[in-house]
Amino acid sequence: MLTLTCPNCGVAACETELAAGGEAHLKRYGPGSTDEQFEEYMFMRPNVKGVHFERWRHAAGCGKWFLAARDTATLEVFGTYSAQTTEPPANIIDAIKAKRPDWSQS
Amino acid sequence: MSHRLETHGRLIDRASTVKFTFNGKWLRGHLGDTLASALLANDRMLVGRSFKYHRPRGIVASGGEEPNALVNLGKGDRHEPNQRVTTTELFHDLRATSQNHWPSLEFDVGAINASLSRFLPAGFYYKTFMFPRAFWKHVFEPVIRQSAGLGSAPHPETRDPDRYEHFYAHVDMVVAGGGIAGLISALAAGRAGKRVLLVEQNAHWGGRAPVDGDVIDGKPAGEWVKDAVEQLEKMENVTLRLRTQLSGVYDHGYALAYERISDHLGEEGAPRHRLWRIRAGQIISATGAIERPLSFPGNDKPGVMLASAVRDYIVNYGVTPGDRIVVVTNNDDGYRTALAAHEAGVGVACVVDPRPEVTGALPEQVRALGVPIHAGSAISKVKGLKRVVSVRVQPYAEDDGSYEEISCDAVAMSGGWSPVVHLWSHCGGKLNWDEAQACFSPDPDRPPTNQNGEGFVTCVGAAAGGLRGDVAAASVAARLSALGIDAPAIPVDTPDEAPLAPVWVMPVYAGAKKRSKMWLDFQNDVKVSDVMLAAQEGYESVEHTKRYTTLGMATDQGKLSNINGLAVLAEALDKGIPQVGTTTFRPPYTPISMGAIAGEARGEIFQPLRRTPIHAWHEEQGAYMEPVGHWRRPYCFPQGSESHEDAVKREINATRNSLGLLDASTLGKIIVKGPDAPKFMDMLYTNMMSSLKPGKCRYGLMCNENGFLMDDGVVVRLDEDTFLCHTTSGGADHVHAHMEDWLQCEWWDWQVYTANVTEQWAQIAVVGPNARKLLEKLGGMDVSKDALAFMEMAEGKLGGFDARVFRISFSGELSYEIAVPASQGRAFWDALHEAGAEWNATPYGTEALHVMRAEKGFIMIGDETDGTVIPQDLGLNWAISKKKEDFLGKRGQERTYLASEDRWQLVGLESLDGSVLPDGSYCVARGFNANGQTNVQGRVTSTYYSPTLERGIAMGLVHKGPERMGETVEFNTVDGGRVQAKIVSPVFFDPEGEKQNV
Ligand SMILES: [Zn+2]
Repeated sequence: MLTLTCPNCGVAACETELAAGGEAHLKRYGPGSTDEQFEEYMFMRPNVKGVHFERWRHAAGCGKWFLAARDTATLEVFGTYSAQTTEPPANIIDAIKAKRPDWSQS
Repeated sequence: MSHRLETHGRLIDRASTVKFTFNGKWLRGHLGDTLASALLANDRMLVGRSFKYHRPRGIVASGGEEPNALVNLGKGDRHEPNQRVTTTELFHDLRATSQNHWPSLEFDVGAINASLSRFLPAGFYYKTFMFPRAFWKHVFEPVIRQSAGLGSAPHPETRDPDRYEHFYAHVDMVVAGGGIAGLISALAAGRAGKRVLLVEQNAHWGGRAPVDGDVIDGKPAGEWVKDAVEQLEKMENVTLRLRTQLSGVYDHGYALAYERISDHLGEEGAPRHRLWRIRAGQIISATGAIERPLSFPGNDKPGVMLASAVRDYIVNYGVTPGDRIVVVTNNDDGYRTALAAHEAGVGVACVVDPRPEVTGALPEQVRALGVPIHAGSAISKVKGLKRVVSVRVQPYAEDDGSYEEISCDAVAMSGGWSPVVHLWSHCGGKLNWDEAQACFSPDPDRPPTNQNGEGFVTCVGAAAGGLRGDVAAASVAARLSALGIDAPAIPVDTPDEAPLAPVWVMPVYAGAKKRSKMWLDFQNDVKVSDVMLAAQEGYESVEHTKRYTTLGMATDQGKLSNINGLAVLAEALDKGIPQVGTTTFRPPYTPISMGAIAGEARGEIFQPLRRTPIHAWHEEQGAYMEPVGHWRRPYCFPQGSESHEDAVKREINATRNSLGLLDASTLGKIIVKGPDAPKFMDMLYTNMMSSLKPGKCRYGLMCNENGFLMDDGVVVRLDEDTFLCHTTSGGADHVHAHMEDWLQCEWWDWQVYTANVTEQWAQIAVVGPNARKLLEKLGGMDVSKDALAFMEMAEGKLGGFDARVFRISFSGELSYEIAVPASQGRAFWDALHEAGAEWNATPYGTEALHVMRAEKGFIMIGDETDGTVIPQDLGLNWAISKKKEDFLGKRGQERTYLASEDRWQLVGLESLDGSVLPDGSYCVARGFNANGQTNVQGRVTSTYYSPTLERGIAMGLVHKGPERMGETVEFNTVDGGRVQAKIVSPVFFDPEGEKQNV
């Protein structure tokens, strides 16, 4: 039962209020893309043990989607941020590196 | 024999009498007794039978770790199996019956399993599955079914008459365990101003200390505990709960506690159990330790008990399991039982200790009392069937054939203690192997971590590995100060103890026969020989061995058997215990009731019910309701004694011949609005929606990114930048979430807003040849063919109501769907009925709706679709835009498998004999697949009796079906038969659409 703070409404929400949406920062491949690109976009997930960027919706709250940076093994949360971005913001990257000096964004 | 002593019994009220029954016989106990102590006081040594061999079983422990003494409690609706007698407090008129025996506890047919035990070795279940199937079905299964199973489940029709509830608590600290370590922790945190919840699973504070005679801060333990609790009760920031177990620790400081409120009262009124849902900044695990048994031949017989339990019964309840006790121990603590027994006037025959020299302070006290101590010795046999009669004592480390027979009526065993690390481990806290104490202890450097990456569980006292009172108390101060809480070091006087010997199995040179009589898991009948066999058969992982042997898989979850089993496995594998590792600790700590988990969520408030503005009318009419999502919709409206089938027929005929009314308010209604709404609609739907003119309707399909059909419905363009999307009744929330996902996470720069307005409107379908006449009679807006053509929308007044009228049809009839504000819905419905009486206006339900749409070949999401069907499979290519560059699902549908012609596709099906094809039935093909199953080439997706056509009609997906019109194919039936059907067009009724276009 994780707690994640919704960056939209500021509520420290319990997992029961949230809906998980899988990995964040996927690039959409539509018509014209190769089978490999589409497969990568739809199905290939690294399922990392460690630092992970993921999509959540404050479903039983304000209804907004947001993104979270979290360690899937220790459950540490490095931060939550707006879903309206294609990559994690600098403050989130800094927060991760402060706790995980060896981590690099691949 | 076991009996009540004249003295002792700090927890019982000797002046009271409590009558209860065990297997129908009336017995007496005292207030303060547990069912276990009361049974022992009545010389009930035999309380149950084991799971596999139906061996006679007595009480082993005095707490929640009890593996054997499980009984059925209560009767009738309150019957509950598998209740531990050790944690059941005695109350007036308690009814208990023993389990797992037939025909009686004393004489049990299933015990014959025991003599077959060599045919039921480790992995028996898995190995037996390898036998020919028939052998399993006719020989093993009936035997196992007869004899297996713990307790008896309540009858499925019984309803739990008790109440349960949930509590929510947000605290700085929850302390699990009200022993000395827990009380010190709560006092310190309470003084530091923290919000504290202190829970203790038993009915008494203080844990073991009052029994073991520790002196705390210069006071006897009992006195210190009383003072501590009084202080805590005065603190407003501290909440104390007895009979409450912290049963599980979860992510980010979430925890569940299980409170047994009224079990011990035996009366109605209060809720029975309460589940506490807790968020805690820090969880203090002061859960103590559990004593381990020793594995010697015959250690499962009634009368062989944990040493700590024997002294618990003597000191707490004034009950002794025997008059002449043998203590067998590999450590000094076990001698406390000899001392306690002697002090209570109970005979102690001897102490058997495998250690070659016994010199500690406690053994010296025992020796001084004149009790013989057999050092370097082991028990090699326990005599007696339903209770202990004598034990055989021989040298532990050698087998020279010598032994001594010692008569006794109880054996108190101690294999040392294991810290209760469950709460620490539930969320991933790691353990170290403590060589000196031979146990796993929490590694404070590797705690479970919370959202900040910090440890949120702290073990203190015995749970932290401090198995001696003074060490335990010191650990509390150290661990709390690490959390920034000032806790004074409280001096505890504890005698010195010599190291234990890591002895698990005795004697050393026990042969195969003896090892097959040494129990590890008492409840599941797992023996030393079973674990050794598993190792011999190649099981190296402890998790695999657990499942293969069922060690630790019983309702006690291996609380007693864990370390001993690991030790036996480690030795068989020639490894160390830490290398073998331990199995995973999972919540709950002990079983909790299903009622507590459900809480108040039962019956009418199990889940919220959505009601349309017309819902009450349906109920008044005696409609037969069915669930649709969280809605309840009328399935049909039976009149008088009419059957549902007849009602559906009548409703369809009335609608097709004159006038039907449908409450369609549950239909999803989502507004999509904004300058970029047309662009967004083109992405959402497979159709071109941007070209739709204001005031027009278009049937649209919505796919997910995979290309599979997700939802359908009529889209209406209300004005240039506003669309109204109708969705399926069950799909509105999901579709709305889907829209928001794409808008918020992919196209966030598009200027579009969405709103789910489903419940803002009541929507009524007015259907049938007389539909227009009814609306014209109500008067107001022009609803003529020219003013409001098929697939058009108009707003205006209708019979004085604010109406939005859509000329759409899901039945093939002349049809208007009329939306009015929800507040006007019921009045509008009533007005339609009143005005429609002259045309016999007939309300119809969802079944008539379904049949009429099937007669027209309209698909239904969830019938024709199952998440793997694309619109092209359903002949809906006309609704897929070829012009659009992109829409959700377009790329997915281009994948070779989906773009192939070689797919199951929608057709109509007519059984040759006119019967209704079975729902979900498969269209069979020639030959068999690799598993020997009949090949299939399609399936039925919708099937009904059509009153219009007076025959069965069906829709289905058949391999290349549309190319095979007129072909006869076969479908399987439930009873194994076949039924023939012809492939036809899915549009059975009015294929030209003449009826709806008038
Ligand atoms: Zn929010």
